[in-house]
Amino acid sequence: MILKRVIFNSLTGTWMVASLVIILILPLIIGVALYIKAIPLFDLQSLPQLIGSSNWSPTNGDFGFWPFIFSSLYVTILSFLFSAPVCLFAAIHLTQFASQRLIHLMHPVIDILAGIPSVIYGMWGIIVIVPFVGDVLAPALNIKTPGYSILAGGIVLAVMCIPYILNMLIETFKTVPLGLKEAALSLGATPWESVKHIIIKKSLPGIISSFGLGIAKAFGETLAVMMVVGNMVQLTFNPFEAGYPLPALIANNYGEMLSIPMYDSALMFAALTLLVVILIINLIFRYFIYKTQKQ
Amino acid sequence: MKKRKIVEEIIFRILTGIASYSLIVILCLIIIIIFIKGFNALSLDMIIKTPKGGYYYGGEGGVLNAIVGSLYIAFGATLIAILIGMPAALYINVHLVRYRRTQNTIRYFIDALWGIPSIVYGAFGFTLMLFLGMSASLLAGIITVALLITPIVIRTFDEVLSTIPKGLHEASLALGSTRAEMAFKVMFKQGFSGFITAVLLAFGRGIGDAASVLFTAGYTDLVPTNLDEPAATLPLAIFFQLGSPIPEVRERAYASAAILTIIILISSLTARFFSQKYSKSNLK
Repeated sequence: MILKRVIFNSLTGTWMVASLVIILILPLIIGVALYIKAIPLFDLQSLPQLIGSSNWSPTNGDFGFWPFIFSSLYVTILSFLFSAPVCLFAAIHLTQFASQRLIHLMHPVIDILAGIPSVIYGMWGIIVIVPFVGDVLAPALNIKTPGYSILAGGIVLAVMCIPYILNMLIETFKTVPLGLKEAALSLGATPWESVKHIIIKKSLPGIISSFGLGIAKAFGETLAVMMVVGNMVQLTFNPFEAGYPLPALIANNYGEMLSIPMYDSALMFAALTLLVVILIINLIFRYFIYKTQKQ
Repeated sequence: MKKRKIVEEIIFRILTGIASYSLIVILCLIIIIIFIKGFNALSLDMIIKTPKGGYYYGGEGGVLNAIVGSLYIAFGATLIAILIGMPAALYINVHLVRYRRTQNTIRYFIDALWGIPSIVYGAFGFTLMLFLGMSASLLAGIITVALLITPIVIRTFDEVLSTIPKGLHEASLALGSTRAEMAFKVMFKQGFSGFITAVLLAFGRGIGDAASVLFTAGYTDLVPTNLDEPAATLPLAIFFQLGSPIPEVRERAYASAAILTIIILISSLTARFFSQKYSKSNLK
């Protein structure tokens, strides 16, 4: 009887440790696997050349990733500009001003928004945002565009990132001690002043971290962006032109990557870049969050 | 001076209010448009037939291949994710309960893992697949999606387990139970509704993810019957068929979107129900 219990204990113990170890070394395995696949590309061109060059023609063996990285950054920053104010204001409203009824209603709303898959956002973007950009916004500004553009990508991406950032902001605001706010109110500050001077100031590291993590998420988002962004290799500052973000490059060309030499290395290098950038951003900002939560 | 304060107060109250109500508007806009388009296209044929004459060019038939493929992949992946995630979460909360630093470091890394985009998992799954000499198949898709959703299972389950009072640990250990008995008979039972929430969340994420199965599961008009056959999935059915020049094929994409959204809504609302039930009924 005791032997059975001891054996059960050590068996499940091993099972638990093994699963935990598998998960914890997973990013390392992913990184190494992608790196091994990308080695041939490093032999061909140096890292600064790969990132900085804008010469992209895989059939000639030219792999310059700058247009894709630029597109990714552009779409990400655009989406951040759209989503950040909405998230900040909504989080303030939901933690400071809103009625209990609205909060109860908003929980499932945020949950569902966060749960809707990327491809549904993409389809919604094609049905709503692309025609809006192409047929309403562009003519009003006297610009000709089919609608599949960096701007459309930014808008869809912003909508996708809102629930993600909002959840983290709400968590951050909740950690501010109530006493601080009450002290401000009792000294005669209006509720908004207490938000402005106490809540925001106190949770600034948390706000920055939430935004940072939101940017990381936007940077790696694939299908929703890819469906509305137009996918043309070019360098342009005009948001009404088409872009070609890094994740879209990987997703679009998986079919051809084995038929052109070095192409698979190039795509795996793109994936490796995404992994490294996003993992580093995540590690930095999550560290901030843990630090602030400890206090 | 006083007046300026009041005006500022009112302006920002209105602005923040608009921001949070706009979320409800956005959600309604998305759901309504997906459902209007989807239910116009949805019919019995859509659900019980596979596409006729190719998924891209043929107008007849439905999306049965994608529905079945998606369910296979999501169920398979969730099963693997449970097998890895459940014991890992228990380990953090049972064996490591006295080592707060280690606990927090592990949570920190798993949180960071959660942030890795699915396209990277897809690319990794593809390399793994080539390395093992497999071709795009149901099995490859299941493994890739499982890796993607395991961190979700761990962290969601772990969140609930960590709220279980320490007295319960001590009581079960004092009664002479082994760590394993404490983990499965006490902690798992106490955190069961949290476990269901975790599983449902992971399932919802797994069934909706497209970038990870794009490389690994392939796409086919047939319903898969074996683990080494390629499988169609709902997200990819939407993605591929939306790009078709034929209106009937695009209808199939809209129908797939409605079906996928319904599945996600059900799993997300059930998850919410269970997590609320937990907060009401459990020991505090």
